[in-house]
Amino acid sequence: MNIINIIIANVFINNYVFSRFLGTCPFLGVSNKMETATGMGVAVTFVTTLASVITFIIQKLILETAHIEYLQTIVFILVIASLVQFVELVLKKTSPALYNAMGVYLPLITTNCIVLGVAILNIQEKYNILETAASAFSAALGFSLALVLMASVREKLEIAEIHESLEGFPLTLIAAGLMSIAFAGFSGLM
Amino acid sequence: MKISDIFKNGIIKQNPIFVQLIGMCSVLAVSSSLKNSVTMAIAVIGVLVLSNIVISMLRKVTPEKIRIPIFIVVIATFVTLVEMLMKAFMQPMYQALGIFIPLIVVNCIILARAEAFASKNSVFKSALDGVAMGLGYGIAITILGTIREIIGSGSLWGIQLFGEGFQPAALFVAPPGAFILLGILIAIFRTVVVKRFSE
Repeated sequence: MNIINIIIANVFINNYVFSRFLGTCPFLGVSNKMETATGMGVAVTFVTTLASVITFIIQKLILETAHIEYLQTIVFILVIASLVQFVELVLKKTSPALYNAMGVYLPLITTNCIVLGVAILNIQEKYNILETAASAFSAALGFSLALVLMASVREKLEIAEIHESLEGFPLTLIAAGLMSIAFAGFSGLM
Repeated sequence: MKISDIFKNGIIKQNPIFVQLIGMCSVLAVSSSLKNSVTMAIAVIGVLVLSNIVISMLRKVTPEKIRIPIFIVVIATFVTLVEMLMKAFMQPMYQALGIFIPLIVVNCIILARAEAFASKNSVFKSALDGVAMGLGYGIAITILGTIREIIGSGSLWGIQLFGEGFQPAALFVAPPGAFILLGILIAIFRTVVVKRFSE
């Protein structure tokens, strides 16, 4: 039951982009086309879930048993950076099709704050490993949902006539704000 | 590059928030009050200046291929330092900023300056660049924090500004207000400030 709650909360109620402001950079950067948005979404979901589970294990087995929790930030970011490199290498060797689909987005993921943010939040919330995996997966799913929704809005905005000062990012941010109001409507869900 | 150019670049021409649009997560999240905004700005400026100095010192001994991991370790070290200092001396602020303190590590501004400036320039210039870029970030987050706190909760630095009849527009302290206000600010900054300075 708890897991279902976590998933609904992360995708809709506390959507990581619209209500926690994590991952806004890639959200604004790659949401201009539907194709890139879905590619980024898949890549982020894959890496976030994997990274959260691995950092959880490292936190429990190494950091907490050795009482060096204060090294959390350094260790986690290194794990994420090397994991991203590793995933890139594995995909290149084993599945060229998948690599072509999400390869270009992989290097960008290291600096996506969702990956590190979810990993740290999971530890703070004292989730167990199953809840950690569910929370990471749903956080990334919420991010992908936001990305795809935004991409479909921006494809329409491309052909609209806009005052030059608002063109591009300003209007995108305002559209994101309106979408965030819509997502606030989910807050009564639970 | 002259010193005045470094500052003009960081604050106006290449302002990280208004022009380059990087490192926006913390700007949107933390700017719900002026006090939080200023604290965040100081933390980011501190990390940016210190990491720029160290990365610039190491620039001659850093192997090209593994420079990014080295930059990340340097940045993460300073972030951990800031985190521990805040935990020890500013407990309420540490709670208020929460996850966004460790997330300074993935703030794109810092890695971008390490890669684009500090790894190529002298220690002194890199330090100045850190101050300039940090100020650009700080100005953006402070403006946003001031407007959001005045409109959204009718106060400034925690002090009530208006009488009891004032109805604050709660939308502006909520997430949607942050997005909309930043969008408007970027539009204004682009048309007014950047245009004037590029002439």
